This record gives sequence, C-alpha cells and structure tokens, in this order.
Amino acid sequence: MNFFLQPLTLLTFFPLVGILVMLFIPREQKDALRWTALITSLVTFGFSLLVLSVFNSFDPDLQLVAQYDWITVAGWNIQYFLGVDGLSILLVLLTALLTPISILSTWTAVEERVKDFMIFFLLLEVGMMGVFLAQDLFLFYIFWEFTLVPMYFIIGIWGGPRRVYAAIKFFLYTMAGSILMLLAILWLGIAGGTFSLPDLIGINIDPATQMWLFLAFAAAFAIKVPMWPLHSWLPDAHVEAPTAGSVILAGVLLKLGTYGFLRFNIPLFPEASVQAAPWMALLATIGIIYGAAVSYAQKDMKKLVAYSSVSHLGFVMLGLFALNSQGMQGAILQMINHGLSTGALFLLVGMIYEQTHTRELKVYGGLWKIMPVFATIMLITSLSSMGLPGLNGFVGEFTILLGAWGAGTNGGPLGSVWYAAISALGIIMAAVYILFMFQSMFLGPQGEVVDQVKSHGRGLRDLNWREIATMVPLLILIFWIGLYPKPFFDLMAPAVDQLVANLSSVAMR
Amino acid sequence: MHFAQEASTGFFFLAPWLVFAPLVGLLINLIFGQWFMKQPWGENAVGIVASLASGAAFVVSILLTSSLSANHGEVARWYLADWIQIGELRLDWTFRIDSLSSIMMLVISGVGTLIHIYAIGYMREDVRFKNDVGRFPRFFIYLNLFIAMMMILVAGDSYMMLFVGWEGVGLCSFLLIGFWYELDLLGRTSWSNSNAAVKAFVVNRIGDFGFLIAGFIMFWALGSFQFDEVFEAAEGAAPGVILAITLLMLVGVAGKSAQIPLYVWLPDAMAGPTPVSALIHAATMVTAGVYLITRSAELYTLVPQAQYIVALTGAITALFAATIAVGQYDIKKVLAYSTISQLGFMVAAVGMGAFVAGMFHLVTHAFFKALLFLSAGSVILGVERGHHHLAHASGHHGSKHGKNKGKKKEQRHEPVHEEEGEHFDAGDMRNMGGMRKTMPITYWVYLIGALALAGIVPFAGFWSKDEILLDASLHYPLIYWMLTVAAFLTAFYMGRQIWMVFFGEPRHEAAAHAEESPGVMTIPLMVLAALSVLGGALNLPFEGFHNLGHWLEYTLREVESLSFNAPVAGIATVLAVVAIYASWLIYGRSPLRAGEVDPLKKRLGSVFTALQNKWYIDELYHAVVVTPYMKISQFLADVIDWRFWHDWFHENVIVGTYNWISHIGLNRYADQRGIDAAANGLATVTQWLSVTLRQIQNGFVRSYALSVLLGVVLIVGYLILR
Amino acid sequence: MIPVNYYIILSAILFTIGVVGVLIRRNALIIFMSIELMLNAANLAFVAFSSVIRSFSGQIFVFFVIAVAAAEVAVGLALIVEIFKSKRSIDVDQLSSMKG
Repeated sequence: MNFFLQPLTLLTFFPLVGILVMLFIPREQKDALRWTALITSLVTFGFSLLVLSVFNSFDPDLQLVAQYDWITVAGWNIQYFLGVDGLSILLVLLTALLTPISILSTWTAVEERVKDFMIFFLLLEVGMMGVFLAQDLFLFYIFWEFTLVPMYFIIGIWGGPRRVYAAIKFFLYTMAGSILMLLAILWLGIAGGTFSLPDLIGINIDPATQMWLFLAFAAAFAIKVPMWPLHSWLPDAHVEAPTAGSVILAGVLLKLGTYGFLRFNIPLFPEASVQAAPWMALLATIGIIYGAAVSYAQKDMKKLVAYSSVSHLGFVMLGLFALNSQGMQGAILQMINHGLSTGALFLLVGMIYEQTHTRELKVYGGLWKIMPVFATIMLITSLSSMGLPGLNGFVGEFTILLGAWGAGTNGGPLGSVWYAAISALGIIMAAVYILFMFQSMFLGPQGEVVDQVKSHGRGLRDLNWREIATMVPLLILIFWIGLYPKPFFDLMAPAVDQLVANLSSVAMR
Repeated sequence: MHFAQEASTGFFFLAPWLVFAPLVGLLINLIFGQWFMKQPWGENAVGIVASLASGAAFVVSILLTSSLSANHGEVARWYLADWIQIGELRLDWTFRIDSLSSIMMLVISGVGTLIHIYAIGYMREDVRFKNDVGRFPRFFIYLNLFIAMMMILVAGDSYMMLFVGWEGVGLCSFLLIGFWYELDLLGRTSWSNSNAAVKAFVVNRIGDFGFLIAGFIMFWALGSFQFDEVFEAAEGAAPGVILAITLLMLVGVAGKSAQIPLYVWLPDAMAGPTPVSALIHAATMVTAGVYLITRSAELYTLVPQAQYIVALTGAITALFAATIAVGQYDIKKVLAYSTISQLGFMVAAVGMGAFVAGMFHLVTHAFFKALLFLSAGSVILGVERGHHHLAHASGHHGSKHGKNKGKKKEQRHEPVHEEEGEHFDAGDMRNMGGMRKTMPITYWVYLIGALALAGIVPFAGFWSKDEILLDASLHYPLIYWMLTVAAFLTAFYMGRQIWMVFFGEPRHEAAAHAEESPGVMTIPLMVLAALSVLGGALNLPFEGFHNLGHWLEYTLREVESLSFNAPVAGIATVLAVVAIYASWLIYGRSPLRAGEVDPLKKRLGSVFTALQNKWYIDELYHAVVVTPYMKISQFLADVIDWRFWHDWFHENVIVGTYNWISHIGLNRYADQRGIDAAANGLATVTQWLSVTLRQIQNGFVRSYALSVLLGVVLIVGYLILR
Repeated sequence: MIPVNYYIILSAILFTIGVVGVLIRRNALIIFMSIELMLNAANLAFVAFSSVIRSFSGQIFVFFVIAVAAAEVAVGLALIVEIFKSKRSIDVDQLSSMKG
C-alpha cells in the first residue's frame, strides 16, 4: 500500500496538511485560519472514526500496522512502525475528539497570533497521535519529545501572567524524566537489536536490570502523569495555560504518562511491574488522597480542577498496577473519563473566565439563576467527575477500586486491600471538593462578580450556541459511558486480557 | 449474569417503564418547561405532566404487582441491557420484581403521585413568596428524577444497580434541599440552604463509602453482586466475611436512613420545600436503608452479631432523636427528628429479624409521615398567607413585582420581606396557635397523622409499631425498653405540637389570619389521612390477617407471624395516652402565650437547652471532623504542597541540582539564584556555549571553509594513520 | 594504458588548486569557480576508479555530481547577483553580518 494512504499514517500526519494550507493564509484572516484548523481536526476525527470502523475488536494484537525500516545503520534497527490495538484505540479517539473541541473553544478566547496558535495546536495533535500509535521505541521517543515543543509555546505565548515560568517548569520536568527514558530505550535497543516494541516484549531481561529499566521509564511517565510527589509542575502549567491548552494537557497529555506505563512498563518489564506494584499503588493512593485534600483548599477554580487531576490520575495508576483485568480496563476507561470530564471542566472554567476574567471562587456565587444552562452542564460534569453512578466517572472508579481490592486479596500483586480501601475515601473527598466548587459558583447568594461584570458592560450571559456545541459531544459521552460502557470495554477487553494473561504467566514463573 | 426473561407472562415487560415513565415526564418539562411557563396555564401543565409521569409509574407498579400475584409471587426479572462486564464482573440493567420490591414500588409511586399533586398547589405559592416563579418547572423535573432513581433503587436486581439508585436519590436530595439555594430557612439571602444540600450529599457519601467497601468484599468473597447469587454463596462463606459486609452495609444504611452517627444531614434537609421533606426525607428515600437490610435479610440472618448491632443502632437512634424532637420549635424540625426516630424503629425491627414488622412500619410511616409533612406545609403556607394578607392590609406594598404583573391571583402574595425589621418565621410553632379554627381541614388531617404516629388504636401507626415492640419484647428486652421510651416521647412531642399549633390563642397576627389551603393540596391530604387510618389493615396481628407477612413470604425465607399480645399493646397504648395527657398538662391546659418561655424549659432548664441545640452534635462534628479536615487540607495545600513541594523543593532540590551540575561542569560565573533560577541555569549553559562558540563564528566564509578543510584533513589523517 | 596513478595525481592537483582558491580568494565568483574545480577533480577520480574496477557506479555518480553542480551554480549565481545588487560588491569578506 502506498505509504501515505495507510490509515494510521494518514491519521497521524493529516494535521500537517492543514498546517500547509494555513501557511498560505494571511495572518489577518483569523476566521479563515480558525476554520481551516477546525476542519482539519474534524477530518482527522473522521479518520479516527474510519480507523475505528475497520478495527477488529476481537483481535488482541496490533492492527492496521504500518511498518518500514527507517534508520538501519551500525546495527541499529529503527523502524517507522505505527499500529493500533485495544490499549490505544480509545485514546486515539479521545485525542481526535478533544482537538476540534479545544479549537472550537479558542474561537473568541485566542485573538492574538491566531495563525501560530493553530499551527502549534495541529502540530501538537500530530505529536499526540504519534505517541499513541508508535510501536517503535525510538519513534515513540521522538513523538514523545515532539509533543513538548508546541505545548511549551502554547503555554509560553498564550498563557497567563506567569506563563514563562510555567512553560519552562513544564518543559524542564518532562525533559528531565525523558532523558532517563532515552537511556533505557537505547539500552533496550542495543541489547535487543531492535527498537520494535512487539519484538522486545519477548526478550528475557534479568530481574535486576528490569527493575532499573522499569524505574527509568517510570521516571518519565510518572512525571507526566503526574504521580505524587512529582506533580508540582501541574498546577502551574494548568493555571497559566490557555483554556484549550489546559483541555489538551489534562485530556490527553497527562494520559501519555499513564499510557506509557500501560504500553511499555508493564509489558516490557513484567517481573519488575509485579514487584513494583505495591509501591506504585502506594504512590497512587497518596496521590488520590493528597490531590483531593489539596483541591479542597484551593481558591482558584482552575487550580482546584488541576489538583483534582492528581487525584483522578491516582485512580488510573492504582487500576493499572492492580494488574488484573478489572483494574486495567477500569484504568483505561478512567483515562477516557478523565479526559472527558476534566476536559469539560476546564472548558467550562474557561468559558466563565472569558466573561468574568477572574477565577477566584470567593467572588462567585448564585450564578445558577443567571446562567441556568451553564449551571446544568457544569453540574453534570461535576457529578461525572466525582463519580456519580450512571455517569462515566463511576464506571471507571468503581472498576478500578474493585480491581485494586481484588489485587489485594487472594494473593494478588498488591498484597493488601488497604490501597483500595483508602483510595475509596477519595470518593468522599471528591464529593467534598467538587461540591465545594459547584456551591461556590452556582449556589448561595449572588457573588460580587456579577456586579463587577455588569460594571464593565453587558453583564453575564448564559452559554451561546458555539459553547453549547463544544460541550454536547462530551455530555453525550459522559452519559453513554455511564449507562452503557459495554462498547468501550469491548474494544479494549481482548488486548487487556492478553496483557493480564502474560503477566500472570510471569507471576507463575 | 444473564437471566433469561423469566416469568414472561403478565406485565413484566413494563418493568423498565417504572424508570422511563418519570424520565419522560422529566424530559418534557426540561424541554418545554420554560415554554409552558410563558402560557397562562403553564404551571398546571408542568405539574400535570409530572404527576402523570409519576402516576404512570404507579399504574405500572400496580400492573406488575398484579402479575406477580397471578404468578404466586414467583420472582420475575426483566433484563434490559448490559452494564459493566469485565471478566468475572457481570453487571447488567435487570429489573427484579418480587413481593418486596413491589411494595416499595407501590409506596414510592403511590405516595409520590399524591405528593406531586399536592406540590402543584404548594409550589405555585412557594415560588411567589420567594419571588422566582421561573423556578417552578425545575422542582417537578427533580421530583420526576427522584421517582426514577428510587425505582432503580428498589427494582434493581443487583447490589450495584441498587447503588445507582442509592446515589441517584442522594443527588435528587441534594438538588431539592438546595432548591432555594440562595436563601435560608426563613427566606433570607444566605448560604445556609446550599450548605445543607452539600452536607446531605457528603454525609450520604460517607455512608456510600461503607456500601462500596461492602460491595468489594462481597464481590471478591462471594463472586457476584446479583442478589440470589450472593445469598447462595453467602451460606458457604466464612462468617467473618459476612459480618464485615453486613456491618459496612450498615454504614451505608446509617447514611441514607439517617441513623446514628450519620443522621445529622436530615434535620438540615428541611431546607427543601415541604413536599420534598414529605416525599424524600420522610416517606421514601430515607427508608431505602430499611429496604436494603430487608433485601439482604439472608446475609443478616447469617450473623446474629451484626443483627444485634443493627437493632441497637436503630433503637439508640429512635430514642436519641425522639428526645431532640421534644425540644424543637420549628414545625418541620420536630417532624424531621421524629422521622429519624421512626427510622430507628424500622432499623431496629429489621435488625431484630422482624423484617415484616419493619416493612410494615415503613409503609404506614410513609402514609402518616407524608401526611404530617404535607399538612405541616399547609400550615406553614397558611401562616405565610396570613402574614402576606396582613402586610397587604396594613399598606406594606411590595414594590418589586415585575414578573407577575397583571395576574389577579398573584396580587395577593406580594413580597414583603424587606419591609420587615426582622424576618418572620412561618415555620416556628411559637408564632402559631389556635389554627384549628382557621385551617379546619388541615387540623383534622394533622390530628389523624399525629395520632397514627403516636400509636393510638386503631390508626395505622399503632399496628405497625406494636408489631415492632412485640418482636422486641420477645427477643431483646433492652431494645424493647428503649423503643417503648421512644414511643412515649413520640406521643409526647406530637401532643406538644398539636397543642402548640392548633389550640390556644394565635400568638402572632399571621396565625390569626391564616387561610386554608386550596383543594389541590387538601385532597391529597385527605387521601393520605384515609390511608393513615386504614393502613393498619395491611397486617393485623390476628390469624388470617397477616396479609403483608404472607406477601413478603415470597421473598423472605422465614417470616414470623406474631399474634396479638395484650400486655405489649396495652403498655404501649397506655403510655401513649399518658404522654398525650402529659403534653396537655404542660401545653394544653394553659396555652402558651406570645413571647412566653416554653413551659418545659422552665422545668427542665439546661437539659431543654441541650435538646433545643440537638445535644450539640452538629457542633461536635464540626469541631471533630469538619474543621480538622479543612485545616488539614489547608495545611497540605499551602504549606506542604505549595511552599514545600512547589517552591522549596522545586527551587532548592530540582533547580538547585540543575544549577549545581551546570556550575561544576560549565560555568563559574552564573550565580543568580532568583525565582527563575531554572531559566537562568538553562540560560547560563547556553550563554557559556555561545560565548565560546562565537569566537568561531566570525562571519568570514573563508575561515569556515578553512575549518572544513581542517576537519577533512583530520578525518582523512585518522583514516590513513589508523 | 595510462596508469591510474596519473589520474589520481591530476585529480589531487586540481582539487588542491580548488581548495587554495576557495581559501585565499575573496571574489565570490572565483570561489565559485574553485568549487567547481574541486567537484570536477572528484569527478575525475570517480571516472578513473570506475574504469579500474570496471563498474559503472562511479560514472553514475559523476552524472549526479554534474547535476548537483549545475543546480548549485544556478542557485549560487542567483545569490551572487542578489548580493551584488544589495552590497555593490561580491567580496565575501564584507559579507560577515552573520558574525556571532
């Protein structure tokens, strides 16, 4: 098949076409630029649906593979190797979905240097797609690092007052971890004679080395997740990033870390994963509780949501290192859920910020009366985020906790049910901080922000159609996953089952 | 777990409509509600749609029950769709219709529909008193959502589907308590109502935490969430496991059914409009815990220790809450504590294994407590009407009345809040008195409800309470005495309330000018009153009249049919009469006058103050749980996370290490250690490199060419000399 | 047949002339010509070796080199013309605005 007509290649690099078109559009024509970017990302989303339509959900292995030798010198064997399987398909779809939504959210929020913004955004999409699709470690690393650059500029140019500090902090932290991962990748590539992930999964590495390699990979991924205590770049990045940046950061970029654990750490180093599972679960549990407690004390709503990510991604990590199918499937679903609900929360916070120019919770209050549609959407999103049964968050958190509890009994890898039990406290704490935010914004007496806005002109308005349109797909998915998650689980089940089977055969050994 | 569609004869295919019917009503009001409200008949349309939706659920319940009875109580399941299926975890949306769930369905939709109808009248006035007519449809949307969630709760075939409803009703409770989210109980602008809403949700979540953990243990020890499979596996399981499950489930029950120690949200929940208090916080939602224990009867009967703890929790709650009810002035707060107390009775009953008695009391309580709350609402509105009437007559015209201009009906209820020096509390019993003359219908139905609650023969409450006491007297003397004392207090505080509200002279002008409620409100009251009188016939303690017992036998394996026991019934009745007499002595003989101190307070002194302040439990929780949590999270956020991790750790450890490396290796001049040390570190490296490298970059092409040549020479030289 | 050494020596001489030309002359055109000289020196070596080892690949390379050289000349001359337009000179030492 022709190189460029392969579905995954097309899916990954199609945004470049949009960039090419945008290069010929003068910077003054902002709407044309926006539309080009939007249409490009929508076409990309269409491609992702196309990929989904030909995806065989009964096959646990890589599908739609595009594999070519790329750099083969001096015994190095680096391939251009894309493929998709049950572990990544949902994340690919999520990326393709969130990008147009984020672009739509910037319609009025980004007015300066629209051209650059859109180009960076589409570049970011290329990078994210590449990370989820690359099956060659070297190629993965390139995409992984590549995502940093556009994000760095998105935070650094269009961000808030402390944007440069935040951008550099974001860049430095992630880079620092990546370097260790690069070393481990090189070690693997030289020792295994190939960088191709499926070929490397078979090779035998002695447990001590495995542990070192595991830790090197984990360093990169744990910073990205971010796991406690490596999270301190997150609030800065989130608070300073523009809305669309926050959405992509929370929705997709953080998932790169958890996905990395799932795709590389666990299959490549099964013994080390089993050994490290209690420690990872411990950090995850601390993250859940800590993130939830710290969220509650925040006064800035974006920061509150940012810290809640620490808590939510703790759940994902706990599920992954439960190393059983409930935990892992729950974790993958929770990655999607977090992308949807936290992404939606950031969008909503961005929408209100666009009108009020403040995120201080204490000046809000009683907005339900003025903005009923906004309040209702925010309520649904908040409830999804705090895991109300019937909405998506519950399905993920419940299966994760169930898996983690199971991994703690009957000789499972965690060895104790306390991880799950204490993490379950996070559900109470989630209710506390989410309801605190919701109450501070929408309930109670009318906040001073209403008058502040009024004094500057028109006063607060409810959501307009464009804003509602950005939320509708997310809301549909929130209900769909909550009520009927079967199609989503079906997509990932064979791949996860295979992974779990491999793990348990290792555990037997 | 896939069951074939069992027992497919009959109306079981309608089971999903228990949930869908209210949801359809919800959607209609959600989409067209605002449009309806622009029409002159809008409020009726909204209310009728919602009532019809709830009524449809009632019809479905009746049809299901009749099919069930035609099938001799054989449990029927209706599989709708899969839910979560991973490995051994098999959860689906399956409705379960058996004799237990059918009773709950009937109560929920039946009482629910009556309350919907009542609410049309109540909310029409409430939204005008509170000056936001546009909020009317939202109330009915929530009510319908509540019915749907409650149906999921009782009709689910697994613990997890039950949990969906369990949290769902918690959400509705949150929304409805916070219905007037910008006000407080007295209609002043405040955070108080929304605080109550959040409190209810969070406290319920604490209970749900217990439920979830119980679920995890259940799944990994017993292998399923489906009721029958769990019960089957439980028989062979270790008792310790079952004990853990049942006790953790009790935590959930304590949250939802407002038992000690998690009852604190229920009194605050009275912030919701009165129909909500009746429907959710008295008749249905709060009884979910009782339903859960009854549903899990086969687990509880396996572990007597757990049963005893449950019974004890219930009994202590019953007694404790009854004492607090004595010291309350707010008409709804009295009923709220009474509800907690009666829930304690039910929990004690199911804890003792008297599941039929517990369910019986649940049903009758739904009748008479809904009746009491609704009539209390009628009283409050009556006083409110009087208050507004007064304000109108004395010329205190509200000026802001934009929305309702030109409608005759609303002219009566102009807002007068701001004109008053202090806020008038229409729910305070000290402002009432003598209302049997102004509101005769309400008075009579209230009296019936109160007598039923107090346990006077032959009202419904007598029979159900008697059955609980009887069971307790046979097995658990301690609990029997606690419950008996609670029953005595119940009769006392109800007597106190009746005397204070309906007898004597009006203590406030508003009470004197109170007006009776319209038919849309009083007719549901009369229906409920009839049920409160006759409800006892469901399960009379005489041979051949154990209807409810026999019906529940289809679901519960062993059902004790107790026969009438004269001493127990006698003691209870005598005590109730004595209590009412005592309340007459204190409150009835010489009625309270305006501004006078409560006579009981004179006698009990500081004990009464403690009662009035609910034994200071809220303050205790605030000091022990809420404040420390806030402090801890504040500390974590500010000190640990921000100053330590974010600033100190970042600047000193991470940036410091970075700088140190760059200093050692590359540059000894860089010494700026500002906040942006990281940037500086990076910049320093680059700077050093560039300073060095710029020497080479002299811009002369020829020198570059020279360096190329030198490079070539070096490489070639190396290759040759190698 | 002329021994291959002669070709190599000629090639080396031409190449050296080219290198020296690039290094010591300041006129861009001359530098350009010197580069061409080097390229052709390399071409000569290619052809010579190609005939020695009896393989066509060397000659094929020469064609590539010629093609690249032609392209280079086209671009290079265009640049020189543009430089002359702006600077009125094609002295490379005056083009040091890239100095670091």
